Amino acid sequence: MLNSLFIVNTSGDVILEKHWKSVIHRSICDYFFDAQKKASCPEDVPPIIATPHHYLISVYHSQIFLVAVSTEETPPLMVIEFLHRVVATLTSYFDECSDSAIKDNCVMVFELLDEMLDNGYPLVTELNILQDLIKPPNFLRNIANQVTGRTNISEVLPSGQLSNIPWRRHGVKYTNNEAYFDVIEEIDAIIDKQGATVCSEIQGYIDCCSRLTGMPDLTMTLVNPRLLDDVSFHPCVRFKRWENERVLSFVPPDGNFRLLSYHIATQNIVAIPIYVRHSILLKGGVGSRIELTVGPKQSMGKVLEEVVVEMTMPKAVQNCNLTPSHGKYSFDPASKLLQWNVGKIELGKPPTLKGSVTVSGTAVVEPPPISVKFKINQLAASGLKVNRLDMYGENYKPFKGVKYITKAGRFQIRT
Amino acid sequence: MTDSKYFTTTKKGEIFELKTELNSDKKEKKREAVKKVIASMTVGKDVSALFPDVINCMQTDNVELKKLVYLYLMNYAKSQPDMAIMAVNTFVKDCEDPNPLIRALAVRTMGCIRVEKITEYLCEPLRKCMKDEDPYVRKTAAVCVAKLYDMNPQLVEEQGFVELLNDLLSDANPMVVANAVAALSEINEAKPLIEVNSQMVNKLLTALNECTEWGQVFILDALSGYAPRDEREAQNICERISPRLAHANAAVVLSTVKVLMKLIEMLPADSEFIASLTKKLAPPMVTLLSAEPEIQYVALRNINLIVQKRPDILKQEMKVFFVKYNDPIYVKMEKLDVMIRLAQQSNIAQVLSELKEYATEVDVDFVRKSVRAIGRCAIKVEQSAERCVATLLELIQTKVNYVVQEAVVVIKDIFRKYPNRYESIISTLCENLDTLDEPEARASMIWIIGEYAERIDNADELLESFVDGFHDENTQVQLQLLTSVVKLFLKRPTDTQQLVQRVLSLATQDSDNPDLRDRGYIYWRLLSADPAAAKQVVLAEKPLISEETDLLEPSLLDQLVCHIGSLASVYHKPPSSFVDNTKAPLRQLAPNAAALATNGSSSGDMDSAPGLIGVPAPSGGAVPSQDTLIADLLQLDMNPMGGSSAAAPAAPVAAPGGGLDDLLGLGGGAPSYGAAPAAPMADPLAAWGAAPAPPAAAGGGLNDLFGLGGGGGGMGGVMGGVQGFQTPKTQWLDAASHKGLQLEGAVVRKNGAIYMEMAITNKAMQPLSDFAIQFNKNSFGLVPAQPLHIAAPVFPNQTTQVSLRLDTNGPVQKMDPLANVQIAMKNNVDVFYFATVVPMLVYFAEDGMMEKREFLELWKEIPEANEQQFTIMNNRGLSADDICSKLQANNVFTVARRSVDGQELLYHSIKYTNKIVVLSELKMEITGAPTLTLSLKSRHVTALANLNEMYQQIFDN
Repeated sequence: MLNSLFIVNTSGDVILEKHWKSVIHRSICDYFFDAQKKASCPEDVPPIIATPHHYLISVYHSQIFLVAVSTEETPPLMVIEFLHRVVATLTSYFDECSDSAIKDNCVMVFELLDEMLDNGYPLVTELNILQDLIKPPNFLRNIANQVTGRTNISEVLPSGQLSNIPWRRHGVKYTNNEAYFDVIEEIDAIIDKQGATVCSEIQGYIDCCSRLTGMPDLTMTLVNPRLLDDVSFHPCVRFKRWENERVLSFVPPDGNFRLLSYHIATQNIVAIPIYVRHSILLKGGVGSRIELTVGPKQSMGKVLEEVVVEMTMPKAVQNCNLTPSHGKYSFDPASKLLQWNVGKIELGKPPTLKGSVTVSGTAVVEPPPISVKFKINQLAASGLKVNRLDMYGENYKPFKGVKYITKAGRFQIRT
Repeated sequence: MTDSKYFTTTKKGEIFELKTELNSDKKEKKREAVKKVIASMTVGKDVSALFPDVINCMQTDNVELKKLVYLYLMNYAKSQPDMAIMAVNTFVKDCEDPNPLIRALAVRTMGCIRVEKITEYLCEPLRKCMKDEDPYVRKTAAVCVAKLYDMNPQLVEEQGFVELLNDLLSDANPMVVANAVAALSEINEAKPLIEVNSQMVNKLLTALNECTEWGQVFILDALSGYAPRDEREAQNICERISPRLAHANAAVVLSTVKVLMKLIEMLPADSEFIASLTKKLAPPMVTLLSAEPEIQYVALRNINLIVQKRPDILKQEMKVFFVKYNDPIYVKMEKLDVMIRLAQQSNIAQVLSELKEYATEVDVDFVRKSVRAIGRCAIKVEQSAERCVATLLELIQTKVNYVVQEAVVVIKDIFRKYPNRYESIISTLCENLDTLDEPEARASMIWIIGEYAERIDNADELLESFVDGFHDENTQVQLQLLTSVVKLFLKRPTDTQQLVQRVLSLATQDSDNPDLRDRGYIYWRLLSADPAAAKQVVLAEKPLISEETDLLEPSLLDQLVCHIGSLASVYHKPPSSFVDNTKAPLRQLAPNAAALATNGSSSGDMDSAPGLIGVPAPSGGAVPSQDTLIADLLQLDMNPMGGSSAAAPAAPVAAPGGGLDDLLGLGGGAPSYGAAPAAPMADPLAAWGAAPAPPAAAGGGLNDLFGLGGGGGGMGGVMGGVQGFQTPKTQWLDAASHKGLQLEGAVVRKNGAIYMEMAITNKAMQPLSDFAIQFNKNSFGLVPAQPLHIAAPVFPNQTTQVSLRLDTNGPVQKMDPLANVQIAMKNNVDVFYFATVVPMLVYFAEDGMMEKREFLELWKEIPEANEQQFTIMNNRGLSADDICSKLQANNVFTVARRSVDGQELLYHSIKYTNKIVVLSELKMEITGAPTLTLSLKSRHVTALANLNEMYQQIFDN
């Protein structure tokens, strides 16, 4: 599958290399750097690059690229999924998966990579087991290790590795048993100039944080399971029961995990909770102006919070001189990002941002699309609701909680 | 405290410092030192000089230190093979450790040390670990077999590891099963050792539900290689794997889609099951599009294939392909492609308004593609054409340079698809004449002016303005300009005579381009000879352009659909082009065969004869014993003299012991055969070949005798000049879907070389020129010996015959079917791809005549398993002689003949251009039964592929 992995930063340095079969010289990355130079921004570097003898498959994450090298036909999605898993693992170990985090922990990253892959096949990718094998760094433990001479590396085989529920460790103990579920829905939408919805969909997740002793067996029922016709489950969910009874039955992994993700497609009508009115004129010389108004719409009585309006201005825009009625705005002349941090939208007069813009040249410039972020607590836009959660297999009574959040996903307004 | 401290250096030099620390007594210090070494290694620094010092730290009970040393070993063992041996003892010891973690670690690391010497020591511990009580060790051992195979495939086969792996497929632990599948499929890729059968499929399906996500991918990929016995089994597999569509891992989802797409083909097309299955397929694919952009990209490339194969699956999902402005460019481009594929009357309005939006974006490439897409919509959905044209006009009004140019190009296509409908917009186009600076746009505009010259009042002025800068134009524009001016002249002869003369002289006298000059002359000749005919030619009605021009070729599409989720499917290239060359068996084995051939021939002709007779004869079997074969040879030689070969009674067999003398004596008699015109030969061709055969010199009798054995050698020399059977031309490209290029061709062997005979017919309106041809890597390394040269452009409705000499010294890669060759043909319009199965007989080399002894030895040497039997019809009632001469003409050389129990046995040898040898035995009843039994043998069974069909074809012609 994959022969080698190079971790590369945006300035073209190889931060780390790991080989699973024979060593491939790092000069192979030159092909990648060429592609990187050609792309206008790091996000645009094509994920699969063919070179005469190798295939380079890469993912991009916070200013670094993970470039996998393969010499033979291999399912690219498997490599990409694996690389994302590496990113997730490193993030959970070092709080971020960045240039400096990797450099600071390169030996541990190396050890982790070796556990995660053998001969190019994924070996251990479950975070729970990895954490058993290699303890995440932590200040207290470092001190203790210094004193006792112990290491972060486990000396015995983690017990969960090969059980039928590889995602859960054995012998988990908590004094307070609790399980929290977050139902998070992200609205992706494209709104056209006139304010009509071109397309909208909901990407939903149920994230769970379980701190439960022993081997609990949970059953969750939903008020309206029919909403979910396009679902992806964590391997712990028993698919047969879902298919037959529409009940989520599972033994949860320990800690944080994503129980399921779902997609509510374009055929269903999705309520759009926010509107943005805009009047933008950008042209060289004088007279360029921007006027934006945001307000709630179909928000079902809930308050819009953390509202942020963003526009990446065309190159010709040199400066903005705007006044917000609420919140703060900033314009970065280098990246041309105009950001208006509206905050909470209270009842009453809708927030506005207006003022003039300096544009170089003489031509009329097409205004850029607007991207909006927001958050609504205690609401799942699709109407999904958890009915009840039961626990079997253990004798204690856990504390349970469900939280609903609706957020903007990729919410764009054309101008 | 971070690892960056490991990078600090001191004055004395890093390596020195590390060396001291590694040899320190303190455990803590040692560990820190090894960490420093690893840290340097991760950034690519060479720390191999520390090898002995690091190895010394290996014997420790500290797991972390052990792991670190192992990490180091994996990287550097190869560069220090002698020292790596030092580590073997520790490995072997660790494989016995009570802790399964240590056992697994040892066997894992040992497999990663790619040193030949270590592999021998690896076998025993590995065998033990494969039967270990701990599943973690077993699963690690399974992967280790694949590693070992990579280094030393022979060892793996000899030591029975493949069987052990096979046993692991029945392991109770699903993770072990998954890893065994992965290892087996990697080994199978290199060389098919184990076939997936229905029993195995059941095991795999059971393991599928319980193993990890990665294991599921391996299992699904293995399942995709399995062909179910019947519909019911296919349906059963579909049912059992379809829950995987709801998996969170995109790779699992796509692999499931692959297996389902493949199995659907097996089920009756209109069944309810298929309807429900296709309904299930859409949501997971849509979900992939909300994943990370890299996943989206792979998904989109595959969806592109799926919608070509089964457009109905995603026809409702147009909106998910709408482009977001911050999608990466590679996702945008792919989404656009899929959108056009899904465009149809019901959604065209939505698509158009989106495309129009995209045409105002910032990224130039994306905008261009969007404008083109509008044109493609117009051509694809007739009802939308008017709207598309209106949209394009609006875009032209933006005056953005590249938008206008793209729009002009697509409008030309729209005119060709819907003639006489939208000409009212020409005036708008003419306004933008000055902004066009790209050749394609200029050529399109000139075409429009020429085509509609009668409606454009100032057409002459417009064209004249182009003619003024004739020399600076691109060839494409010049050619178009020439044609358009001639069109204009034919439509408005009165006031454009001067212009046309000017252009014709520019084209014929001042131009270096042969295409342009030739076209100029043709027009000139036409115009001066017969203006009416010229009108008919130049202003002929044009065929409408086809709807979808960029569809994949159906056979390639089918192939790719079976490989969804692979690199091949991302690149839309045949999967075989992704196999590493070094793994192609033909090339690997060819040198062996060559060595063998030289071995045989160098032993000398005369000297070998006594030895040959002395060899004890094997008993029984299809192989004639040496003694009898020689006897048969003698007999054969006498047959022609004795009368008709078919009716000849079995002559008394010479005593084996006295063979040599007899042979020599008989050798003198040989000329009489060669010179005997009276010999009743049914085939006149054979007779012609035989008549001038030079009489064999008596001294070289033995040699000649063997050569002449089947009437072969003597004839062969002469017959070499005669053409063997040549397959008739077949259609490779049809005009309808290849922009007017029709290509018929055949690959034939004549005069000792391979030729590709082609007939190129132009069914388009414009002349086709700039032909070039390229071959993909193929099993026999077939490549053009010289570039394709077609002197003149092929004019509409004209056919050109070309014969292209081919060589077999190109890059080699095994194809399936073996003789498949993928060819790309380029002309001035486009590049076309096609594949053809070359008749194997073109690869039969002229030097394939084999000596009898050599034949015998080889026949014995090749195992029974490599023998294949076929029945061949003797439809034309050929006699044995006819058969021999027919085969001879195709470089299938007769080694020997004999008749036993009313059967005539013919032995032939074939040598491919890549030196692989095939032996054949042909059994025919003397009674004249219409069936022949053909046994083929070769060291490389693949080389026997459909050779029987070749024989059949030779006999039938």
